[in-house]
Amino acid sequence: MAVPVEATEAGARAATERLELETIELRLLLEGVFRHYGYDFREYALASLRRRVWRRVNAEGLGSITALTDCVLHDEACMARLMRDLSINVTAMFRDPHFYLAFAEKVIPQLRTYPFTRIWVAGCATGEEVYSLAIMLAEHDLYDKTRIYATDINELVLEQAREGVYPYERIREYTENYVRAGGRRDFSEYYVAAYGNALIDSRLRENVVWAQHNLAQDASFNEFNVILCRNVLIYFDKSLQNRVHRLFYESLERFGTLCLGNKESIRFSSHEDCYEELDAEARLYRRVT
Amino acid sequence: MTRDLVVVGASWGGLDAIRTVLHGLPDDLPAAVVIVQHRSPVAHPQTLLGLLAAATPLAVVDPADKQKLERGQVYVSPPDYHTYVEGDHLALSTDDPVAFSRPSIDVLFESAAESRGPACVGVILTGANADGARGLARIVELGGAAVVEDPASAERSEMPRAALQAVHGALVAPIGGIAAIVGNLCARAGVTA
Repeated sequence: MAVPVEATEAGARAATERLELETIELRLLLEGVFRHYGYDFREYALASLRRRVWRRVNAEGLGSITALTDCVLHDEACMARLMRDLSINVTAMFRDPHFYLAFAEKVIPQLRTYPFTRIWVAGCATGEEVYSLAIMLAEHDLYDKTRIYATDINELVLEQAREGVYPYERIREYTENYVRAGGRRDFSEYYVAAYGNALIDSRLRENVVWAQHNLAQDASFNEFNVILCRNVLIYFDKSLQNRVHRLFYESLERFGTLCLGNKESIRFSSHEDCYEELDAEARLYRRVT
Repeated sequence: MTRDLVVVGASWGGLDAIRTVLHGLPDDLPAAVVIVQHRSPVAHPQTLLGLLAAATPLAVVDPADKQKLERGQVYVSPPDYHTYVEGDHLALSTDDPVAFSRPSIDVLFESAAESRGPACVGVILTGANADGARGLARIVELGGAAVVEDPASAERSEMPRAALQAVHGALVAPIGGIAAIVGNLCARAGVTA
């Protein structure tokens, strides 16, 4: 057990100075990673980033963030390990089943009135949400008149998404989610099992356009009826979040729908007044201005 | 520096303990309260919220990411997310569990200490693990105040005991006395850092 910490004014001042210095080191690491490798984490939520960076510092057996910067800039393998720590891709097919139930109830009826629907899945990671959406649209006879634009900043995960191959051990979880999400058929109709993997039915890919897109830097590339961006903004700091909200606002047609993650609310963003709430719990918002 | 941020961590036996603390806090508490109670990742967030809201006239809130912290409001960390303090707002994340916990008390406390320093009051209540000890030490290190439920009368003593091993000079009281201490710490406006 470490020596117990005691409160003293001088101690607090020294600790605050060390913390400020550490913040400078963290900023320098992110700047270096951006300039040398092009990955931009500079506007990610800082507190969680700090913790993940320290985890890598400790795992490498180093003593400071500056030591990690040195390592990362001169050793691509070390950078790859840091990347794995920094890019969290928590996803699953039909994750948050209640979202799909709410989408079917509140958004699908509107989509039926359109001759053609364009949907943008922003930050699609390895594609689980894209295929879930495709399945739901197919079961509501809307897939044939829909195009899904699935984008991510990371080419590697985009490649995985395009392949649509998932570990078979997750299929049970996905099947349970599918049933709770209001799935109307047998989930096994949508994949083929092979060599410990599940290969998603290629028909679910036919109307999907995959593309690399950087939410932090790239402009709007189309006008959409629906934008789905779930559990991506949560990793960004406030200013980047607001920039992305502006991008979404400019990319969404009037009365189009924005779908956010479970714990993401339009309320604390710069575009709060541009939307009305379609479903509070499922975080469905309709653009009204 | 006014102490206007109270962070509370509890585990085993925490529900009754937190209700007792909330019940005893002044209606006009000049601080925001953020609570981590360990629970199952699939727990329905509204259940705990309802039970806590019934114990206090303060507004009990299920926070979203980037929710602004306001005085007199109680924010309950949602199951299966870490809750961080980032300046004047909360940030949620799905980072890996820390010591098997998500939400983790250490994550909340360390981020509170690092972004709000002497404005923090950290409170450790009953629990059967050591989560929160590191975080409480970080709060004290950066000039905040520490309050710990007396292990002798806590439903489970492990967590308060670990917290007391990590910090010197924490204010210790049985559960019935915690609210008054917290209320006093926050009411003493003009405390200089």
